[in-house]
Amino acid sequence: MTNVVDKRKNKFNRYKDLRENPGELLSPAIKPVKEYDALDRIADIADEGTFTPFQFDFPETNPLDFEGYVEKKEELRKECGSHDAIIAGECKIDGWPCVMAVMNKKFMMASMGMELGEIFCRACEYAGEKHLPFIVFTASGGARMQEGILSLMQMAKTSAVVKRFKDEGGLYITVLTHPTTGGVSASFATLGDITLAEPKALIGFAGPRVIEQTIGQKLPEGFQRAEFLQEHGFVDEIVRRENMKEELGKLLRLHSNIYLRR
Amino acid sequence: MSAIEKVLIARDKDRPKINDYIDALFTDFFEQKGDFLGKEDGSIYGGIALFHGRPVTVLGHRKGRTVEENMACNFGMPGPEGYRKALRIMKQAEKFRRPIITFVDTPGAYPGLEAEMYGQAQAIAANLAEMSALKVPVISIVTGEGSSGGALGIAVANKVFMLENAIYSVLSPEGFASILWHDSTRRDEAAQVMKLTAQDLYEFGVIDGIISEKADLMSAIDRKLKSALKELDMLSADELAVNRYEKFRYFDEARLNASSAKEMEVV
Repeated sequence: MTNVVDKRKNKFNRYKDLRENPGELLSPAIKPVKEYDALDRIADIADEGTFTPFQFDFPETNPLDFEGYVEKKEELRKECGSHDAIIAGECKIDGWPCVMAVMNKKFMMASMGMELGEIFCRACEYAGEKHLPFIVFTASGGARMQEGILSLMQMAKTSAVVKRFKDEGGLYITVLTHPTTGGVSASFATLGDITLAEPKALIGFAGPRVIEQTIGQKLPEGFQRAEFLQEHGFVDEIVRRENMKEELGKLLRLHSNIYLRR
Repeated sequence: MSAIEKVLIARDKDRPKINDYIDALFTDFFEQKGDFLGKEDGSIYGGIALFHGRPVTVLGHRKGRTVEENMACNFGMPGPEGYRKALRIMKQAEKFRRPIITFVDTPGAYPGLEAEMYGQAQAIAANLAEMSALKVPVISIVTGEGSSGGALGIAVANKVFMLENAIYSVLSPEGFASILWHDSTRRDEAAQVMKLTAQDLYEFGVIDGIISEKADLMSAIDRKLKSALKELDMLSADELAVNRYEKFRYFDEARLNASSAKEMEVV
Protein backbone atom coordinates (compact mmCIF):
# COMPACT_ATOMS: atom_id res chain seq x y z
CA MET A 1 0.00 0.00 0.00
CA THR A 2 2.65 2.49 0.98
CA ASN A 3 4.58 1.53 -2.09
CA VAL A 4 1.80 2.61 -4.36
CA VAL A 5 1.39 5.87 -2.50
CA ASP A 6 5.11 6.52 -2.43
CA LYS A 7 5.40 5.81 -6.09
CA ARG A 8 2.69 8.31 -6.89
CA LYS A 9 4.17 10.77 -4.45
CA ASN A 10 7.40 10.61 -6.34
CA LYS A 11 5.59 10.96 -9.57
CA PHE A 12 3.98 14.15 -8.47
CA ASN A 13 7.07 15.51 -6.83
CA ARG A 14 8.67 15.19 -10.20
CA TYR A 15 5.64 16.89 -11.55
CA LYS A 16 7.35 19.65 -13.40
CA ASP A 17 9.48 17.19 -15.28
CA LEU A 18 6.40 15.23 -16.18
CA ARG A 19 4.78 18.26 -17.61
CA GLU A 20 7.74 18.74 -19.87
CA ASN A 21 8.07 15.06 -20.44
CA PRO A 22 4.62 13.47 -20.34
CA GLY A 23 5.94 10.28 -21.81
CA GLU A 24 7.36 9.38 -18.41
CA LEU A 25 3.88 8.74 -17.08
CA LEU A 26 3.07 6.37 -19.86
CA SER A 27 3.98 2.81 -20.32
CA PRO A 28 6.34 2.43 -23.28
CA ALA A 29 3.67 0.82 -25.42
CA ILE A 30 1.44 3.85 -25.29
CA LYS A 31 2.03 6.90 -27.41
CA PRO A 32 2.52 10.22 -25.67
CA VAL A 33 -0.69 12.15 -25.45
CA LYS A 34 -0.82 15.41 -27.29
CA GLU A 35 -4.18 16.53 -26.04
CA TYR A 36 -4.35 19.10 -23.26
CA ASP A 37 -5.06 16.98 -20.20
CA ALA A 38 -5.51 17.22 -16.46
CA LEU A 39 -1.78 17.49 -15.81
CA ASP A 40 -1.41 20.31 -18.33
CA ARG A 41 -4.32 22.02 -16.69
CA ILE A 42 -2.82 21.78 -13.22
CA ALA A 43 0.51 23.06 -14.48
CA ASP A 44 -1.18 26.03 -16.11
CA ILE A 45 -3.43 26.98 -13.21
CA ALA A 46 -1.60 26.20 -9.97
CA ASP A 47 1.28 28.41 -8.91
CA GLU A 48 4.50 26.62 -9.70
CA GLY A 49 5.39 23.91 -7.23
CA THR A 50 2.32 24.41 -5.04
CA PHE A 51 0.07 21.57 -6.17
CA THR A 52 0.09 18.72 -3.66
CA PRO A 53 -2.22 15.96 -4.81
CA PHE A 54 -4.35 13.98 -2.36
CA GLN A 55 -3.52 10.30 -2.42
CA PHE A 56 -6.06 7.54 -2.11
CA ASP A 57 -5.89 3.84 -1.78
CA PHE A 58 -9.14 2.14 -2.63
CA PRO A 59 -9.69 -1.57 -2.98
CA GLU A 60 -10.46 -2.63 -6.56
CA THR A 61 -14.16 -2.27 -7.32
CA ASN A 62 -16.21 -3.94 -10.01
CA PRO A 63 -19.76 -4.16 -8.68
CA LEU A 64 -21.31 -5.59 -11.84
CA ASP A 65 -18.35 -7.92 -12.43
CA PHE A 66 -18.17 -6.21 -15.77
CA GLU A 67 -15.82 -7.95 -18.15
CA GLY A 68 -12.55 -6.14 -18.71
CA TYR A 69 -13.39 -3.24 -16.41
CA VAL A 70 -10.66 -3.83 -13.83
CA GLU A 71 -8.01 -4.37 -16.51
CA LYS A 72 -9.11 -1.22 -18.29
CA LYS A 73 -8.77 0.85 -15.12
CA GLU A 74 -5.35 -0.59 -14.35
CA GLU A 75 -4.13 0.29 -17.79
CA LEU A 76 -5.51 3.82 -17.58
CA ARG A 77 -4.02 4.45 -14.17
CA LYS A 78 -0.60 3.89 -15.66
CA GLU A 79 -1.39 5.97 -18.67
CA CYS A 80 -2.97 8.89 -16.83
CA GLY A 81 -0.95 8.87 -13.63
CA SER A 82 -4.05 9.15 -11.47
CA HIS A 83 -6.20 6.71 -9.56
CA ASP A 84 -9.35 7.54 -11.47
CA ALA A 85 -10.58 10.22 -13.84
CA ILE A 86 -10.01 13.04 -11.36
CA ILE A 87 -6.95 14.51 -9.72
CA ALA A 88 -7.53 16.59 -6.61
CA GLY A 89 -5.12 18.47 -4.43
CA GLU A 90 -4.30 21.60 -2.54
CA CYS A 91 -2.55 24.44 -4.32
CA LYS A 92 -2.24 28.17 -4.67
CA ILE A 93 -3.54 30.31 -7.49
CA ASP A 94 -1.96 33.75 -7.67
CA GLY A 95 -0.96 33.14 -4.08
CA TRP A 96 -4.46 32.27 -2.88
CA PRO A 97 -4.67 28.80 -1.32
CA CYS A 98 -7.47 26.55 -2.54
CA VAL A 99 -8.45 22.96 -3.26
CA MET A 100 -8.57 22.12 -6.94
CA ALA A 101 -9.94 19.03 -8.67
CA VAL A 102 -9.45 18.38 -12.35
CA MET A 103 -11.26 15.71 -14.32
CA ASN A 104 -9.42 13.81 -16.98
CA LYS A 105 -11.46 12.66 -19.97
CA LYS A 106 -8.69 10.37 -21.15
CA PHE A 107 -9.73 8.12 -18.28
CA MET A 108 -12.92 6.47 -19.56
CA MET A 109 -14.34 9.80 -20.67
CA ALA A 110 -14.11 10.90 -17.02
CA SER A 111 -17.27 8.98 -16.31
CA MET A 112 -18.29 9.04 -12.65
CA GLY A 113 -18.05 5.86 -10.66
CA MET A 114 -17.62 5.25 -6.95
CA GLU A 115 -13.98 6.24 -6.78
CA LEU A 116 -14.36 9.44 -8.74
CA GLY A 117 -17.35 10.39 -6.62
CA GLU A 118 -15.48 9.61 -3.44
CA ILE A 119 -12.38 11.58 -4.44
CA PHE A 120 -14.58 14.55 -5.31
CA CYS A 121 -16.36 14.32 -1.95
CA ARG A 122 -13.21 13.99 0.12
CA ALA A 123 -11.58 16.90 -1.68
CA CYS A 124 -14.70 18.99 -1.02
CA GLU A 125 -14.83 17.94 2.62
CA TYR A 126 -11.15 18.77 3.01
CA ALA A 127 -11.80 22.23 1.56
CA GLY A 128 -14.65 22.60 4.06
CA GLU A 129 -12.50 21.63 7.03
CA LYS A 130 -9.73 24.00 6.00
CA HIS A 131 -12.09 26.79 4.93
CA LEU A 132 -10.56 26.80 1.47
CA PRO A 133 -12.30 27.56 -1.82
CA PHE A 134 -13.01 24.51 -3.95
CA ILE A 135 -12.42 24.79 -7.70
CA VAL A 136 -13.42 21.98 -10.03
CA PHE A 137 -12.65 21.62 -13.72
CA THR A 138 -15.37 19.35 -15.03
CA ALA A 139 -15.31 17.13 -18.10
CA SER A 140 -17.32 13.98 -18.30
CA GLY A 141 -19.37 11.71 -20.46
CA GLY A 142 -21.66 11.07 -17.47
CA ALA A 143 -22.21 8.19 -15.10
CA ARG A 144 -19.89 5.20 -15.36
CA MET A 145 -22.13 2.56 -16.87
CA GLN A 146 -19.84 -0.24 -15.76
CA GLU A 147 -20.82 0.42 -12.14
CA GLY A 148 -24.57 0.39 -12.74
CA ILE A 149 -26.79 1.89 -10.05
CA LEU A 150 -23.81 2.66 -7.81
CA SER A 151 -22.62 5.18 -10.38
CA LEU A 152 -26.05 6.82 -10.52
CA MET A 153 -25.99 7.22 -6.75
CA GLN A 154 -22.75 9.22 -6.99
CA MET A 155 -24.88 12.06 -8.33
CA ALA A 156 -26.76 12.28 -5.04
CA LYS A 157 -23.60 11.74 -3.01
CA THR A 158 -21.56 14.50 -4.64
CA SER A 159 -24.51 16.92 -4.72
CA ALA A 160 -25.19 16.42 -1.03
CA VAL A 161 -21.55 16.97 -0.08
CA VAL A 162 -21.15 20.09 -2.18
CA LYS A 163 -24.45 21.49 -0.89
CA ARG A 164 -23.24 21.11 2.71
CA PHE A 165 -19.91 22.74 1.81
CA LYS A 166 -21.70 25.72 0.28
CA ASP A 167 -24.19 26.01 3.13
CA GLU A 168 -21.30 26.24 5.55
CA GLY A 169 -19.96 29.25 3.67
CA GLY A 170 -17.60 27.52 1.27
CA LEU A 171 -16.86 29.04 -2.12
CA TYR A 172 -17.43 26.53 -4.92
CA ILE A 173 -16.28 27.43 -8.43
CA THR A 174 -16.91 25.15 -11.38
CA VAL A 175 -15.19 25.43 -14.72
CA LEU A 176 -17.13 23.49 -17.34
CA THR A 177 -14.82 22.15 -20.01
CA HIS A 178 -15.52 20.08 -23.10
CA PRO A 179 -17.56 17.93 -22.72
CA THR A 180 -19.56 18.09 -19.47
CA THR A 181 -22.62 15.91 -19.86
CA GLY A 182 -24.91 13.34 -18.25
CA GLY A 183 -24.68 12.53 -14.57
CA VAL A 184 -21.86 14.97 -13.91
CA SER A 185 -23.64 17.89 -15.55
CA ALA A 186 -26.76 16.97 -13.56
CA SER A 187 -24.91 16.94 -10.25
CA PHE A 188 -21.84 18.79 -9.00
CA ALA A 189 -20.96 20.51 -12.30
CA THR A 190 -24.00 22.78 -12.24
CA LEU A 191 -24.01 23.61 -8.53
CA GLY A 192 -21.26 26.23 -8.50
CA ASP A 193 -21.50 29.55 -6.69
CA ILE A 194 -19.61 30.76 -9.71
CA THR A 195 -19.82 28.87 -13.00
CA LEU A 196 -17.23 29.41 -15.70
CA ALA A 197 -16.99 27.61 -19.01
CA GLU A 198 -14.45 27.27 -21.77
CA PRO A 199 -15.41 28.55 -25.22
CA LYS A 200 -17.41 26.09 -27.32
CA ALA A 201 -17.45 23.42 -24.59
CA LEU A 202 -20.33 20.99 -25.02
CA ILE A 203 -22.44 21.13 -21.85
CA GLY A 204 -25.72 19.36 -21.39
CA PHE A 205 -27.68 16.57 -19.79
CA ALA A 206 -28.51 14.43 -22.82
CA GLY A 207 -26.03 13.84 -25.61
CA PRO A 208 -26.75 15.58 -28.93
CA ARG A 209 -27.26 12.28 -30.76
CA VAL A 210 -29.87 11.10 -28.27
CA ILE A 211 -31.72 14.39 -28.59
CA GLU A 212 -31.67 14.24 -32.38
CA GLN A 213 -33.05 10.71 -32.28
CA THR A 214 -35.76 11.75 -29.80
CA ILE A 215 -36.99 14.85 -31.58
CA GLY A 216 -36.30 13.58 -35.09
CA GLN A 217 -34.56 16.70 -36.31
CA LYS A 218 -31.10 18.19 -36.61
CA LEU A 219 -29.97 20.36 -33.74
CA PRO A 220 -29.24 24.02 -34.43
CA GLU A 221 -25.66 25.17 -34.76
CA GLY A 222 -24.04 25.89 -31.42
CA PHE A 223 -26.67 23.94 -29.45
CA GLN A 224 -25.45 22.92 -25.96
CA ARG A 225 -22.24 24.88 -26.40
CA ALA A 226 -20.94 27.14 -23.63
CA GLU A 227 -22.13 30.25 -25.48
CA PHE A 228 -25.62 28.75 -25.80
CA LEU A 229 -25.72 27.99 -22.09
CA GLN A 230 -24.60 31.45 -21.22
CA GLU A 231 -27.27 32.93 -23.45
CA HIS A 232 -29.86 30.88 -21.54
CA GLY A 233 -28.56 31.93 -18.18
CA PHE A 234 -26.47 29.05 -16.88
CA VAL A 235 -22.90 30.32 -17.14
CA ASP A 236 -21.44 33.37 -15.38
CA GLU A 237 -18.57 33.84 -17.77
CA ILE A 238 -16.83 32.13 -20.64
CA VAL A 239 -13.09 32.18 -20.17
CA ARG A 240 -10.40 31.25 -22.63
CA ARG A 241 -7.77 28.83 -21.48
CA GLU A 242 -4.95 31.37 -21.60
CA ASN A 243 -6.90 33.72 -19.30
CA MET A 244 -8.15 31.06 -16.90
CA LYS A 245 -5.52 31.41 -14.20
CA GLU A 246 -5.85 35.18 -14.12
CA GLU A 247 -9.63 34.97 -13.93
CA LEU A 248 -9.58 32.40 -11.14
CA GLY A 249 -7.04 34.49 -9.24
CA LYS A 250 -9.33 37.46 -9.57
CA LEU A 251 -12.33 35.47 -8.32
CA LEU A 252 -10.37 34.29 -5.28
CA ARG A 253 -9.32 37.88 -4.62
CA LEU A 254 -12.96 38.95 -4.86
CA HIS A 255 -13.78 36.36 -2.20
CA SER A 256 -10.77 37.11 -0.06
CA ASN A 257 -12.97 37.72 2.98
CA ILE A 258 -13.56 33.95 3.25
CA TYR A 259 -9.91 33.54 4.21
CA LEU A 260 -10.58 35.52 7.38
CA ARG A 261 -12.41 32.44 8.71
CA ARG A 262 -9.25 30.40 8.63
CA MET B 1 -37.93 -14.48 -13.57
CA SER B 2 -35.23 -13.02 -15.80
CA ALA B 3 -34.16 -9.39 -15.54
CA ILE B 4 -35.64 -8.47 -18.91
CA GLU B 5 -39.00 -9.93 -17.88
CA LYS B 6 -38.94 -7.60 -14.88
CA VAL B 7 -38.09 -4.69 -17.15
CA LEU B 8 -41.12 -5.45 -19.29
CA ILE B 9 -43.39 -5.80 -16.26
CA ALA B 10 -42.06 -2.55 -14.81
CA ARG B 11 -42.92 -0.80 -18.08
CA ASP B 12 -46.33 -2.45 -18.50
CA LYS B 13 -48.88 0.24 -19.29
CA ASP B 14 -51.45 -1.54 -17.13
CA ARG B 15 -49.40 -1.17 -13.97
CA PRO B 16 -50.87 1.29 -11.47
CA LYS B 17 -50.00 4.91 -12.19
CA ILE B 18 -49.41 7.77 -9.78
CA ASN B 19 -53.07 8.78 -9.68
CA ASP B 20 -54.01 5.20 -8.78
CA TYR B 21 -51.62 5.31 -5.83
CA ILE B 22 -52.87 8.70 -4.72
CA ASP B 23 -56.52 7.64 -4.98
CA ALA B 24 -55.92 4.45 -3.03
CA LEU B 25 -53.59 5.67 -0.31
CA PHE B 26 -54.52 9.29 0.38
CA THR B 27 -57.58 11.49 0.81
CA ASP B 28 -58.33 15.15 0.12
CA PHE B 29 -55.69 15.43 -2.61
CA PHE B 30 -55.09 18.99 -3.75
CA GLU B 31 -53.02 19.16 -6.92
CA GLN B 32 -50.31 21.82 -7.19
CA LYS B 33 -49.33 22.74 -10.71
CA GLY B 34 -46.54 24.83 -12.15
CA ASP B 35 -42.95 25.64 -11.31
CA PHE B 36 -43.92 29.30 -10.75
CA LEU B 37 -41.03 30.25 -13.00
CA GLY B 38 -43.04 30.18 -16.18
CA LYS B 39 -44.02 26.59 -16.91
CA GLU B 40 -46.22 23.66 -16.01
CA ASP B 41 -45.02 20.13 -16.66
CA GLY B 42 -47.62 17.39 -16.71
CA SER B 43 -45.04 14.63 -16.31
CA ILE B 44 -44.73 15.46 -12.62
CA TYR B 45 -47.95 15.17 -10.65
CA GLY B 46 -48.17 16.25 -7.04
CA GLY B 47 -49.76 18.19 -4.28
CA ILE B 48 -50.99 18.03 -0.71
CA ALA B 49 -53.04 15.17 0.69
CA LEU B 50 -53.93 13.40 3.89
CA PHE B 51 -52.36 10.08 4.79
CA HIS B 52 -54.49 8.54 7.54
CA GLY B 53 -55.56 12.05 8.41
CA ARG B 54 -52.03 13.49 8.42
CA PRO B 55 -51.06 16.18 5.92
CA VAL B 56 -48.32 15.06 3.54
CA THR B 57 -46.89 16.24 0.25
CA VAL B 58 -47.11 13.57 -2.39
CA LEU B 59 -45.66 13.67 -5.88
CA GLY B 60 -44.29 11.51 -8.62
CA HIS B 61 -43.80 10.91 -12.30
CA ARG B 62 -46.97 10.61 -14.28
CA LYS B 63 -47.37 8.12 -17.10
CA GLY B 64 -50.52 7.54 -19.06
CA ARG B 65 -52.23 4.47 -20.49
CA THR B 66 -53.53 5.90 -23.74
CA VAL B 67 -51.65 7.88 -26.35
CA GLU B 68 -53.60 11.02 -25.41
CA GLU B 69 -52.76 10.62 -21.76
CA ASN B 70 -49.14 10.00 -22.57
CA MET B 71 -48.92 13.05 -24.80
CA ALA B 72 -50.23 15.14 -21.91
CA CYS B 73 -47.60 13.85 -19.54
CA ASN B 74 -44.79 13.35 -22.08
CA PHE B 75 -44.63 9.61 -21.30
CA GLY B 76 -43.44 10.38 -17.79
CA MET B 77 -40.30 12.20 -18.93
CA PRO B 78 -40.00 15.52 -17.10
CA GLY B 79 -38.29 18.61 -18.34
CA PRO B 80 -36.53 21.03 -15.99
CA GLU B 81 -39.85 22.66 -15.12
CA GLY B 82 -41.07 19.32 -13.78
CA TYR B 83 -38.10 19.05 -11.43
CA ARG B 84 -38.53 22.68 -10.41
CA LYS B 85 -42.20 22.11 -9.67
CA ALA B 86 -41.26 19.09 -7.57
CA LEU B 87 -38.71 21.14 -5.67
CA ARG B 88 -41.16 23.97 -5.16
CA ILE B 89 -43.73 21.74 -3.53
CA MET B 90 -41.10 19.86 -1.53
CA LYS B 91 -39.71 23.10 -0.08
CA GLN B 92 -43.26 24.04 0.80
CA ALA B 93 -43.70 20.71 2.53
CA GLU B 94 -40.60 21.49 4.56
CA LYS B 95 -42.01 24.88 5.53
CA PHE B 96 -45.23 23.31 6.78
CA ARG B 97 -43.45 20.28 8.23
CA ARG B 98 -45.24 17.78 6.06
CA PRO B 99 -43.57 14.47 5.26
CA ILE B 100 -42.85 14.00 1.55
CA ILE B 101 -43.76 10.83 -0.30
CA THR B 102 -42.57 10.39 -3.88
CA PHE B 103 -43.52 7.76 -6.46
CA VAL B 104 -40.85 7.07 -9.07
CA ASP B 105 -41.76 5.78 -12.52
CA THR B 106 -39.93 7.28 -15.49
CA PRO B 107 -37.99 6.22 -18.58
CA GLY B 108 -35.73 9.18 -17.72
CA ALA B 109 -35.61 12.96 -17.87
CA TYR B 110 -36.69 14.21 -21.29
CA PRO B 111 -33.81 14.50 -23.78
CA GLY B 112 -35.30 17.35 -25.75
CA LEU B 113 -34.25 20.65 -27.21
CA GLU B 114 -36.19 22.87 -24.83
CA ALA B 115 -35.34 20.73 -21.84
CA GLU B 116 -31.66 21.39 -22.51
CA MET B 117 -32.26 25.04 -23.26
CA TYR B 118 -33.95 25.63 -19.92
CA GLY B 119 -31.42 23.73 -17.83
CA GLN B 120 -32.33 20.07 -17.44
CA ALA B 121 -28.96 19.30 -15.85
CA GLN B 122 -29.12 22.24 -13.48
CA ALA B 123 -32.70 21.45 -12.44
CA ILE B 124 -31.87 17.84 -11.56
CA ALA B 125 -28.69 18.84 -9.75
CA ALA B 126 -30.60 21.40 -7.70
CA ASN B 127 -33.10 18.75 -6.64
CA LEU B 128 -30.38 16.32 -5.59
CA ALA B 129 -28.66 18.99 -3.54
CA GLU B 130 -31.77 20.47 -1.97
CA MET B 131 -33.45 17.14 -1.23
CA SER B 132 -30.37 15.97 0.64
CA ALA B 133 -30.93 18.69 3.24
CA LEU B 134 -34.73 18.73 3.67
CA LYS B 135 -35.76 18.76 7.31
CA VAL B 136 -38.84 16.59 6.95
CA PRO B 137 -39.21 12.84 6.38
CA VAL B 138 -38.83 11.87 2.73
CA ILE B 139 -39.92 8.45 1.50
CA SER B 140 -39.60 7.30 -2.11
CA ILE B 141 -41.13 4.28 -3.74
CA VAL B 142 -39.94 3.10 -7.14
CA THR B 143 -43.14 1.69 -8.59
CA GLY B 144 -42.17 1.00 -12.20
CA GLU B 145 -39.15 2.21 -14.14
CA GLY B 146 -36.62 4.17 -12.16
CA SER B 147 -34.35 5.23 -14.92
CA SER B 148 -31.33 7.48 -14.62
CA GLY B 149 -31.01 10.95 -13.12
CA GLY B 150 -34.61 11.54 -14.09
CA ALA B 151 -35.65 9.08 -11.40
CA LEU B 152 -33.08 10.08 -8.79
CA GLY B 153 -34.14 13.72 -9.17
CA ILE B 154 -37.14 13.02 -6.92
CA ALA B 155 -35.73 10.07 -4.97
CA VAL B 156 -33.17 11.44 -2.50
CA ALA B 157 -35.12 10.03 0.44
CA ASN B 158 -34.57 8.80 3.99
CA LYS B 159 -36.24 5.56 2.96
CA VAL B 160 -36.24 4.22 -0.59
CA PHE B 161 -38.44 1.23 -1.37
CA MET B 162 -39.07 -0.65 -4.57
CA LEU B 163 -42.03 -2.69 -5.66
CA GLU B 164 -41.09 -6.29 -6.24
CA ASN B 165 -41.24 -5.94 -10.02
CA ALA B 166 -39.85 -2.43 -10.32
CA ILE B 167 -36.44 -1.64 -11.78
CA TYR B 168 -33.98 1.10 -10.90
CA SER B 169 -30.95 1.75 -13.06
CA VAL B 170 -28.38 4.20 -14.33
CA LEU B 171 -29.86 4.00 -17.82
CA SER B 172 -32.30 1.88 -19.82
CA PRO B 173 -30.96 -1.54 -20.82
CA GLU B 174 -31.25 -0.42 -24.45
CA GLY B 175 -29.09 2.62 -23.74
CA PHE B 176 -26.61 0.58 -21.76
CA ALA B 177 -26.18 -1.93 -24.60
CA SER B 178 -25.88 0.87 -27.10
CA ILE B 179 -23.20 2.74 -25.15
CA LEU B 180 -21.08 -0.17 -23.97
CA TRP B 181 -21.50 -2.63 -26.80
CA HIS B 182 -22.66 -0.30 -29.59
CA ASP B 183 -25.58 -2.66 -30.09
CA SER B 184 -28.97 -1.76 -28.62
CA THR B 185 -30.41 -5.13 -29.65
CA ARG B 186 -28.46 -6.73 -26.80
CA ARG B 187 -31.04 -5.27 -24.43
CA ASP B 188 -31.91 -8.56 -22.70
CA GLU B 189 -28.29 -9.28 -21.93
CA ALA B 190 -27.79 -5.73 -20.70
CA ALA B 191 -30.73 -6.02 -18.31
CA GLN B 192 -29.07 -9.07 -16.80
CA VAL B 193 -25.63 -7.48 -16.50
CA MET B 194 -26.88 -4.17 -15.07
CA LYS B 195 -28.34 -5.65 -11.84
CA LEU B 196 -31.38 -3.44 -11.89
CA THR B 197 -34.04 -5.48 -10.10
CA ALA B 198 -35.36 -4.68 -6.64
CA GLN B 199 -33.54 -7.75 -5.31
CA ASP B 200 -30.22 -6.57 -6.82
CA LEU B 201 -30.59 -3.09 -5.42
CA TYR B 202 -31.45 -4.38 -2.00
CA GLU B 203 -28.25 -6.42 -2.05
CA PHE B 204 -26.29 -3.34 -3.11
CA GLY B 205 -27.70 -1.52 -0.09
CA VAL B 206 -29.14 1.18 -2.32
CA ILE B 207 -32.75 0.57 -1.24
CA ASP B 208 -34.26 -0.07 2.18
CA GLY B 209 -36.90 -2.61 1.35
CA ILE B 210 -38.95 -4.44 -1.25
CA ILE B 211 -42.73 -4.26 -1.32
CA SER B 212 -44.40 -7.50 -2.33
CA GLU B 213 -46.81 -7.39 -5.24
CA LYS B 214 -48.19 -10.85 -4.55
CA ALA B 215 -51.16 -9.92 -2.37
CA ASP B 216 -52.99 -6.62 -2.09
CA LEU B 217 -50.45 -4.10 -3.38
CA MET B 218 -52.04 -0.94 -2.00
CA SER B 219 -52.33 -2.40 1.52
CA ALA B 220 -48.70 -3.47 1.35
CA ILE B 221 -47.61 0.05 0.37
CA ASP B 222 -49.85 1.54 3.05
CA ARG B 223 -48.26 -0.63 5.73
CA LYS B 224 -44.77 0.20 4.51
CA LEU B 225 -45.45 3.94 4.49
CA LYS B 226 -46.97 3.81 7.96
CA SER B 227 -44.06 1.94 9.48
CA ALA B 228 -41.45 4.11 7.72
CA LEU B 229 -43.16 7.30 8.89
CA LYS B 230 -43.37 5.95 12.41
CA GLU B 231 -39.65 5.27 12.37
CA LEU B 232 -38.74 8.65 10.89
CA ASP B 233 -41.00 10.49 13.33
CA MET B 234 -38.53 9.52 16.04
CA LEU B 235 -35.99 11.87 14.46
CA SER B 236 -35.85 15.64 14.91
CA ALA B 237 -35.88 17.95 11.89
CA ASP B 238 -32.09 18.25 11.94
CA GLU B 239 -31.63 14.52 12.48
CA LEU B 240 -33.80 13.79 9.45
CA ALA B 241 -31.50 15.86 7.25
CA VAL B 242 -28.40 14.25 8.74
CA ASN B 243 -29.89 10.78 8.37
CA ARG B 244 -30.55 11.35 4.67
CA TYR B 245 -27.19 13.00 4.10
CA GLU B 246 -25.30 10.13 5.64
CA LYS B 247 -27.34 7.56 3.79
CA PHE B 248 -26.26 9.00 0.44
CA ARG B 249 -22.80 10.04 1.51
CA TYR B 250 -21.77 6.65 2.85
CA PHE B 251 -23.88 4.07 0.98
CA ASP B 252 -20.76 2.79 -0.80
CA GLU B 253 -18.40 3.19 2.14
CA ALA B 254 -17.89 -0.54 2.63
CA ARG B 255 -16.94 -1.05 -1.00
CA LEU B 256 -14.46 1.78 -0.92
CA ASN B 257 -13.22 0.58 2.45
CA ALA B 258 -13.65 4.17 3.50
CA SER B 259 -13.50 3.29 7.20
CA SER B 260 -9.80 2.56 6.96
CA ALA B 261 -9.06 5.16 4.32
CA LYS B 262 -11.15 7.96 5.77
CA GLU B 263 -8.13 9.92 6.84
CA MET B 264 -6.97 11.59 3.72
CA GLU B 265 -3.29 11.70 3.26
CA VAL B 266 -1.97 15.01 2.09
CA VAL B 267 1.52 14.65 0.78
